[in-house]
Amino acid sequence: MVAFTLNGAAVSVADAGAPLLHVLRGELGLSGPRFGCGAEQCGACVVLVDGAPAYACTLPAASIEGRQVTTVEGLGSRDAPHALQRAFLDEQAGQCGFCLSGILVASAALLARNPDPDDAAIRTALDPHLCRCGSHNRIIRAVKRAAAEMRA
Amino acid sequence: MSDLDRRAAPPGKLPGSLMANPRLDRWLAFDAAGHVTVTPGKVELGQGILTALAQIVADELDVALPRVRLQAASTPGSPNEGVTSGSLSVQDSGMALRHAAAAARAIHLEVAAQRSGVPLDALRVEDGAFLAPDGRAVASYWSQADAALLDCDAPVDVRAKPPAARRVAGTSTARLDLPDKVFGAARFVHDLRLAGMLHARVVRPPARRARLVAWRKDALPADAILARDGSFLAVLADTEHAAEHAAERLAALCTWEATDTLPPQHALADWLRHAPGEHAVILERDDPAAAPAQTLRATFFRPYVTHASTGTCCAVARWQGATLEVWTHSQGVYNLRADLAKALTMPEDDILVRHMEGAGCYGHNGADDVALDAALAARAVPGRPVRLLWSRAEELGWGPVSSAMVVEVEATLDSAGTIASWREEVTSHGHSSRPGRGALPTLLAVEYMDPPREIPNALNPPLASGGGAQRNAVPAYRIPKLTIGVKRVASMPLRVSALRGLGAPANVFAIESVMNELAQMAGEDALDFRLRHLDDARGREVLALAADMAGWRGRTRRESFGMGLAYARYKHTGAFCAVAAEIEALDRVVCRRLWIAADVGEVINPDGVANQYEGGAIHGVSMALKEAVGFDARTVTSTDWDTYPILRFSEVPSVETRLIPRPEEKPLGAGEASLAPTIAAIANAIHDALGIRPRAMPFTPGNLVAT
Repeated sequence: MVAFTLNGAAVSVADAGAPLLHVLRGELGLSGPRFGCGAEQCGACVVLVDGAPAYACTLPAASIEGRQVTTVEGLGSRDAPHALQRAFLDEQAGQCGFCLSGILVASAALLARNPDPDDAAIRTALDPHLCRCGSHNRIIRAVKRAAAEMRA
Repeated sequence: MSDLDRRAAPPGKLPGSLMANPRLDRWLAFDAAGHVTVTPGKVELGQGILTALAQIVADELDVALPRVRLQAASTPGSPNEGVTSGSLSVQDSGMALRHAAAAARAIHLEVAAQRSGVPLDALRVEDGAFLAPDGRAVASYWSQADAALLDCDAPVDVRAKPPAARRVAGTSTARLDLPDKVFGAARFVHDLRLAGMLHARVVRPPARRARLVAWRKDALPADAILARDGSFLAVLADTEHAAEHAAERLAALCTWEATDTLPPQHALADWLRHAPGEHAVILERDDPAAAPAQTLRATFFRPYVTHASTGTCCAVARWQGATLEVWTHSQGVYNLRADLAKALTMPEDDILVRHMEGAGCYGHNGADDVALDAALAARAVPGRPVRLLWSRAEELGWGPVSSAMVVEVEATLDSAGTIASWREEVTSHGHSSRPGRGALPTLLAVEYMDPPREIPNALNPPLASGGGAQRNAVPAYRIPKLTIGVKRVASMPLRVSALRGLGAPANVFAIESVMNELAQMAGEDALDFRLRHLDDARGREVLALAADMAGWRGRTRRESFGMGLAYARYKHTGAFCAVAAEIEALDRVVCRRLWIAADVGEVINPDGVANQYEGGAIHGVSMALKEAVGFDARTVTSTDWDTYPILRFSEVPSVETRLIPRPEEKPLGAGEASLAPTIAAIANAIHDALGIRPRAMPFTPGNLVAT
């Protein structure tokens, strides 16, 4: 058994040998973290572990014992959206949306360490994340909008 | 204009997909709780079509947008609208729904008038309620919802609202699907979880069309279940982790009989040129022209490219007795059903296909293939749902690819610098092997099942419906002597099919490069040269606008920077698009800025169209600068994001898009129009910066040096 904190709640999972992504989507029933490549190349699976972006597709579940995991579901909800989620909707920053879960949590980690990132800082932070639909510029605008709102 | 007047003016025939599916209750249903459910046959691919369709219906019915509920396509629950492709969904489905909604409104109002005694032209509709002149609600769609009023064919003599009366269509309504996506809700087929569901993975062979000759199952995990049909092999387990683990183990236990079947990648252009094929002259014009004074000959090449969705293909299948249920992100649920029936030798009526969203889809990818894979895997566990997910290597290596192409052009200028003649030869595979269109199934697994069946060679749709290899092969410019030939290669060692733009990216790259080169030979500005040869006023307008946005006329030369222009009207019948690109030549070419001017006729959702144009252009930058399918003699080798790189955040240009509003014109589609001109504009910008004429995509340092 592996015990950790998921989006603020204590959880435990049986399959310690599985990658974190599979236990999040499997035993724990989440949809936000997504499988894209299984090789740390696309960012679709990214979650926050103790506040830092991590590739859930390769991270063994056993390695997160006692740690804090945040997924896009933990950022906010329809009733209480995170500033980033609101900004992504305001900017219509997405098309298919498959990449957004990883991008949103990575953006949250960026804003936690840099409340006023410029374009270059956002691009650097999001460079591990692939978006095939070409919503990049909208996403950059949304991150800046959320940053401004969070600073206000 | 009152509703009565609208009925009096017949437009002639039913629009869009309504012609083939005229029954109103196939499209719309009202309920007593105050909703209208819309059941289009087109599907959401990430392009935002469901939002646009909802806007059209809300507008025509005069109901608030939240009352409109879009139901995903299914068999037999939605009208058969074929495939969601070709930037045709607003034309096919949107115009059908506009007419269907106008008809439903007219029928409902007539009934309300009869029952209430209020004259028809005195009634008005406010959020679905039918109001008499004194403001009294005499009825509503919802109060009349059970009247089976839509149990009829759509009348032809119904006219939709005049453009000036539209209130919802034409506005940048927020996308209806996006909230689910930013909150991580279960919306994709990947997220479907059914009771008792198993997870499956395929074990792929080491070569195309290899045969499975031996395998040892003794070393497999005890709880793994095998599903085999000939050389198709899948493994099922309770969890994804267990299925992946078992598939890895199984792969190591298989012996395959494999042969070399693929052409040499390093000499692909020559292979295409010399491969057997059928040749056709698609256009020949021989008008009087001045004598040629200068001649230009150039050859252009694009390698195989692939879809490269961020998500991998996925389907869920369940057998219940002789009935098969499939959940899929296919572009065409009826087409998929037809090919599943052929592949599995069963009646179509025994198959239920339901659409759920997948990751962004830009053409015929593996979505249909994985549905058959899942059906084959699920046969091992009757009654239980099976979710089959492709790996990244399968996604990049086993889905259909878009054809490599060679385009050869010989063009002449007369002594006044005007184009006198143009001869063009396009060499390509066909661009469609979509399912559901022929006598034989085209799903990947049929080549491996027992007995194996060859997938028929890809076709080119006729030019009248957009063409495939010949898409945008004819220059849009005034040219008195013109010959356009197309050779379709007779075989497809790598399975090829439709990808965003089909033949247009290679053809527009060639044509718009030649236009720049001819302009240079004529000693004329590339914009002026194009405008002098372009008769279409809407085309001229987008060209002038893109140039204006980019500051083309007043641009100054900057060391290592270059600017290029390109234009195309998608499919010659679709949207008009001009692109200006600015690139910086560092150790490799980086695209810094794009300016896009477009005319899509009537715009249903301006921000949605802009999103599609931006996305298509960024796809174009990626294709222009980075993408090529790699392969050896046996199989595709570009099977991860290192070997098939696509554009990343640090490489994405800024994009400015402007739409020329034309509410009175027909909608012309949006999704594919910006990709090809973006590629050509980058090629021209590279010449501007470096003096090199790019001839082979992608425009990597290696390919630019070889030019």
